[in-house]
This record gives sequence, C-alpha cells and structure tokens, in this order.
Amino acid sequence: MDKLVIAGKEFNSRLFLGTGKFDSNRLMEASIKASGTEMVTVAMKRIELEDKEDDMLKHIVSQNIQLLPNTSGVRDAEEAVFAAQMAREAFGTNWLKLEIHPDPRYLLPDSIETLKATEKLVKLGFVVLPYCQADPTLCKRLEEAGAATVMPLGAPIGTNKGLRTKDFLRIIIEQANVPVVVDAGIGAPSHATEAMEMGASACLVNTAIAVAGDPVAMAVAFKQAVEAGRMAYEAGLGTQADNFVAEASSPLTSFLN
Amino acid sequence: MKVFVNSKETSTESKTVLELANELALPEKGVAVAVDNKIVPRAEWANSPLKEGAQIVIIKAACGG
Repeated sequence: MDKLVIAGKEFNSRLFLGTGKFDSNRLMEASIKASGTEMVTVAMKRIELEDKEDDMLKHIVSQNIQLLPNTSGVRDAEEAVFAAQMAREAFGTNWLKLEIHPDPRYLLPDSIETLKATEKLVKLGFVVLPYCQADPTLCKRLEEAGAATVMPLGAPIGTNKGLRTKDFLRIIIEQANVPVVVDAGIGAPSHATEAMEMGASACLVNTAIAVAGDPVAMAVAFKQAVEAGRMAYEAGLGTQADNFVAEASSPLTSFLN
Repeated sequence: MKVFVNSKETSTESKTVLELANELALPEKGVAVAVDNKIVPRAEWANSPLKEGAQIVIIKAACGG
C-alpha cells in the first residue's frame, strides 16, 4: 500500500482513532495498539481542582503516534484559535483537528467559522486538519486556505450511519489535492472499506470502535477493513455494469452437451 | 490572594504561575495555562507573577474524537 503523506509526514496506517467513549483508558490503549493507528485524536478540558483521575495521555504517548488535538467545545473561529494555541502548548504539537460545531444537538460543523479559523491557523503555523461538511466547494476553499487535509463527514458524529454523503464525498475526492479523511458517521468496517475503495486517503473512527461489544477486536476489524479498501482502490476496481445484462466470468462453452 | 481558576474563586499563597502549578500538582505534560486570556508558556511560568483577581484557565488532555 502507498504511504499516506500529510504535511510531509508519512503514515503507514490509514486509520485514525478517536479516544472518546471507551469504558476505560486501559481499553482505549489496547484498542489503539490493536488498530495499528499512527494518528490519535485528543480533546482538552478544564481541570477540576482536587482532580485525581487517571491521566489519559500516558496511555497513548508513543513515538509512532501523532497526537491530533481537537478543538471540540469551541463555538467560533476566535475560540478555535485560542484552543489551538492551548493545545500546542499542552501537547507540544502544531497538528490540529479543527472542529467548530456550536450546535450540541447535531454537532454539525460551522463552515464559515471553520474556513475563517483555517485561514488564521495556517498563518500561525498550524498543520490544520479541519472536520467539515461534505461540501465540495467548501473543501476546495479549505484546501486553498492551506488545510493539510480535509475531513468531511459521512454522517453526523456518533451516529454510525455510514456514508450518507457518498455522492459528495466522491466529488470531494475527485477534486482534492490534499488527503481526504472521512470523519464521523463511519459505523461499521464495511463503511470504512467503502470509503477507502472510493479513494479516500484515510478514515477517522471513534464511536464504532469504542462502543463495540469488544472494542479491541473491532479495532482489528477496522484495521483490516481500511487496508482492504485501500488495496482494492490501488488495485483498480472493475467497472460496475449499468445495465442488467450479465457478463459471464466463465467460458460459455458447451460443457454438458 | 484570591484568583479564579477555571472560573472558580480560589485562595492561594502562590506568587507566580509556577508556584500555583506546583500547589495544584499539575502534571509535567499535557497541560496549558492562560492568565487573563493570554497563554503562558511553561518556560515563562516562573517569571509570570499572579495578581489579585487573575482569571486563570488551566486545561489538560481529555478523551475525545
């Protein structure tokens, strides 16, 4: 398989993992390892005084893993820039998953603020991976603003509904000059395979793995699904017949006569 | 002196951000501090005095997608 390159950095794995919703940090750590991922998202929260909880960071810090802090919780570009700077200070990386979704009900990204923030953050030296609507025009604008990838959604966050935006993802993939990472909505390994077969560069998966009956086994399933989809894409899929006439794959000789 | 840590009024003897970080036993990695909306890099904690009523934001890593 080709290596994935983002902002000059090579990745062997095309599966990115989110760290939310796992029952325990131990289970999260085991799932990360099993998935073979080299990119893991991390959120930020305000500390509480007298806080004694287990530090999640020590479960994911590894030389092979690029931390991808997110800006979850911000409502506009200005807050995103502040959060990004806090993240850079806290995690020592200028990589950033930019996500601005002011509406907690559907968690849909605000395209205008996302574009504004991307423009500002790129100028400040961040490697910006924006979570965005599956809007081909917006994705071009984000790319022009200097985004390192675009990360359009397949379906709303955490819904496991799969590639509801498939037709738009196809256009985005066709037009993009930066890697396209399908983020949000991927609920089953088959969804990830489908995205990769379409030519997506990577998939970001969180809920589908974290809430599975056996998250570690599901992480392996996603690893294989992403690899299968990518290999199929690189191998070149046969064209799909657009009529209902069968085309034999065996010779139609008179075997029985 | 009274300061606000993540919007919560707190009494402290600490005179600098570093002293406050020690008082709160902040971890070595994965935290960031802003005072009055300005980020204070770790290297500057020792030289950053705290003032009465300062609004201090301290964040740390959390699980998220």
